[in-house]
Amino acid sequence: MYDIIIIGGGPAGLTAAIYARRANKKTLLLESTVCGGQMLNTNNVENYPAVPATDGPSIAKAMETQVRELGTEIEFDEAVSIEKTEKGFVVKTETESCETRSVIIATGTEPRKLGLAAEGRFEGRGISYCATCDGAIYRGKPVAVYGGGNSAFYEAEYLSGLAEKVYLIHHHPEFKADEILVEKAKNNPKIEIMVNTEIKDLAGEKKLEKIILNNGEIAADALFVAIGRTPHGTKLIEGLNLDDNNYIVSDEDGKTGIPGIFVAGDVREKKLRQIVTATADGAAAASSAIDYLNN
Amino acid sequence: MIEGTNENFEREVLNSEKPVLVDFNATWCPPCQALHPVLEELAGENQDIKIVTVDIDDQDILAEQYEISSIPCLVAFKDGEEIARSVGMKNKKQILKMLGA
Repeated sequence: MYDIIIIGGGPAGLTAAIYARRANKKTLLLESTVCGGQMLNTNNVENYPAVPATDGPSIAKAMETQVRELGTEIEFDEAVSIEKTEKGFVVKTETESCETRSVIIATGTEPRKLGLAAEGRFEGRGISYCATCDGAIYRGKPVAVYGGGNSAFYEAEYLSGLAEKVYLIHHHPEFKADEILVEKAKNNPKIEIMVNTEIKDLAGEKKLEKIILNNGEIAADALFVAIGRTPHGTKLIEGLNLDDNNYIVSDEDGKTGIPGIFVAGDVREKKLRQIVTATADGAAAASSAIDYLNN
Repeated sequence: MIEGTNENFEREVLNSEKPVLVDFNATWCPPCQALHPVLEELAGENQDIKIVTVDIDDQDILAEQYEISSIPCLVAFKDGEEIARSVGMKNKKQILKMLGA
């Protein structure tokens, strides 16, 4: 029986593990793939205090090492459900069941999908949700970015250094992105901005070749989808209070409506989602879990 | 782990007696760097599988041939045939499952 099971090995979950172990609680951290969460998708972390500039995998590794040295068990397995029992909870993973007295959900977010029938067929064959991962594959080729927020403009800018041409497709006339980013893109000769444009379908024999729009079609070897993210893991247990966008509602101490279940990081309903807010959440949720266990 | 090239791919992957996991990656891809230690551990722990890493910039012929368009891309081979493919992060248990091991 664990005192605390933390689900998710991003900065929120890893920080929660540090606080849990320092309070000497028997702690298991479940991570579905590799510790680091969204940090693993970036080459530049420049806004985390005391770390002037680093890449995501390095800061993730440093956090994971610290967590292991404190004696946290880390299991690489995907959590599929949490069930209430008499003594606490059972967390079921793809391969086993673990008993615990409390749970911290730190499952983060995942990229929002286009919702087109053809999307799955072209995933890994032209459709990408990570420009830093796949951008360089399309050196000298025409590519498209779909979205209108800051991340769409950052991706278009990044890709313009590699691709032959970047179409920035947005379904509204106006952008949510900061004005300075929009201006920069407008002045970039490699970026063609297409507003009031919707993606209707995708075409290609083996790989993506064409994007079918409401007002025509374009030839592109890749489509980078940058239309925001959605919370992950909010259905692990019934009875969580979710907001309109399905993020888990809690107070700032990470307490959910279910005693013994706490939440931390990007999956929590809040305004700013950064590494620094995730680590803060992790500390707060662990502290609440420790109080819960001690009382 | 073995570094896969256009020259040794047939010998190390297609003609291998053990199931082979090929990790298509690149130095500039952050998730690829994060996945690397997992594959190293897996290779050290399992003598009955083989792991081959292919840098898609150095080995553009292989990348083209296997139509790699998102990385990290893990491709499992058995008896010279592709039996599974997955883009993105995976844990060890999931990788072993891809290899049927």
